Amino acid sequence: MKTLRYFLLAFVLIITVGPFVWQLSTSLKGAGEDIYTQTPSFIPHQPTLNNYAKVADAIPVWRYIGNSLVVAALTVGGNIVFATMAGYAIARLKFRGRSVVLGLFLSTLVLPGEVTIVSQYVTVRDFGLADTLLGVALPGMVAALNVLLMYNAFRALPQEIDEAAIVDGATVPQRLLRVSLPAVRGTLAVVAIFAFIQAWDDFLWPLIVLTSPEQYTLTVGLQYLSGTFTQDQRLIAAGTMIAFIPIAILFSALQRYFFKGVEEGGVKG
Amino acid sequence: MKTQRWFTPWVLTIPALAWLLVFSVWPSINTLRLSFTDARPLGGDYDVVGLRNYTDMLHDGDVRTALLNSVIYMAICLPLLTILPLLLAVLVEKKLPGIAFFRTAFYVPVIASAVVVGLMWTWLLDDRGLINNLARALHVVAQPVPFLTDRWLVLISAISLTVWKGLGYYMIVYLAALGNVRKDLHEAAAIDGAGRVRRFLTVTVPGVRGTMFLVSILVSVAALRVFSELYILTGGKGGPGGKDQSLVMLIQQYAGGFYGNFGYASALSVLLFVVTLVPMIVLARLNNRSER
Repeated sequence: MKTLRYFLLAFVLIITVGPFVWQLSTSLKGAGEDIYTQTPSFIPHQPTLNNYAKVADAIPVWRYIGNSLVVAALTVGGNIVFATMAGYAIARLKFRGRSVVLGLFLSTLVLPGEVTIVSQYVTVRDFGLADTLLGVALPGMVAALNVLLMYNAFRALPQEIDEAAIVDGATVPQRLLRVSLPAVRGTLAVVAIFAFIQAWDDFLWPLIVLTSPEQYTLTVGLQYLSGTFTQDQRLIAAGTMIAFIPIAILFSALQRYFFKGVEEGGVKG
Repeated sequence: MKTQRWFTPWVLTIPALAWLLVFSVWPSINTLRLSFTDARPLGGDYDVVGLRNYTDMLHDGDVRTALLNSVIYMAICLPLLTILPLLLAVLVEKKLPGIAFFRTAFYVPVIASAVVVGLMWTWLLDDRGLINNLARALHVVAQPVPFLTDRWLVLISAISLTVWKGLGYYMIVYLAALGNVRKDLHEAAAIDGAGRVRRFLTVTVPGVRGTMFLVSILVSVAALRVFSELYILTGGKGGPGGKDQSLVMLIQQYAGGFYGNFGYASALSVLLFVVTLVPMIVLARLNNRSER
């Protein structure tokens, strides 16, 4: 029974990870190696990093990485700070209008982002932020889903920890930062990882906001590379690996927190 | 004892609330408002044109094709992405040596950008790519299969990509739900002599039924919102004769450039919203009925 399970696991592994391996292999094959052969080889005969250098010649890939990092940093920072603040207030403080605020955040969840993308662009343009990285980052800096995730996490903490802190004379910011926040680290990690992935991977929104090639984020730049500059699959493969490897490293470094956060109820929303 | 000042909760909530109003609530209202105008991306004055955008939409062949594509997309994704990830979650649920590695590996397509995996699949499905080469080497086909150039095969390719990319995400959603299925029911069924398949159908499925409905709603809405997969697989052109476009691709086209039309794009957005409400309402009703 165990053997069958491992067999199935290996089968799914080939389907899910195999394409990435094939892409990595293609990106390492030199110009002299036939990549269209009828008997495909996963191991490059003469592995080379030439294709990666050529990507940098075709498009300003370092600049695009920088642009994507700026957008991702703003998105992660905004979500961590503002979703924590709002989630904490709604979960742990009593105030008039609390349920209305919660309802407002909940109600925007049924609205697919694509529905408002045109008028969101109008808003960003009216702020004078069309074709800027701040314009790309701004709308995603506070996601309603993240506010609700933090709300859920804070709500699950026992009431006593607040009461003990109040007796000690702790103010609200002290209670939030020293008592509650350390207890919801798992969810905070999920919020941070999702915010980073979302910003780094996003395509449609930067495609609409950005018009100058020097402002492109990595995903838009990649599409630009494959559409405009080259039909060489080795180069395109190298480009996709440049976009994929950083996020793969980040995820494998943080996956422990991610899966723990998920078990704490991270994805239930 | 006074534990907080009256304005403290508001200081904490106002940034998030401001964002919500500026970037969700106002754009929703504005989308509806703009859909009755002929506003253009280049700015300047615009006029109210009443229902013209909506009547234009009724006669627009592209819109009809996009709606047909959306329905097909949803009809195929819905069963596959509701059931396959559940089977996958059951497969990785048991704590075997190395299971954490497999869980992480199965999640990898989720974290990759749709652009990255789209370009990967473009290469895999190329006339001279891996899949066609393997199929020819094994004599499954004599000629390369036109995955990326045939009107219907492009759609099927994009659907396969969406399903492949979504497996890990919904697997995790199910994994969280499987933790709540009562272990004693499994044991009791096993003692009664129920086999694996039977236990899956009589214990696991009823135990995660609520999650299955949630997943089916998420999958349907995501299928109707498809953009990147079709855009990348067709190099932004929407396939032969532009027949492989989704509603969001049409919205994107009208959202910029010289020929852009915010009014029409907004009307298309309203249509998209209405279309995504349909599976939400239908599936939520089915769920309520089966709970009674």
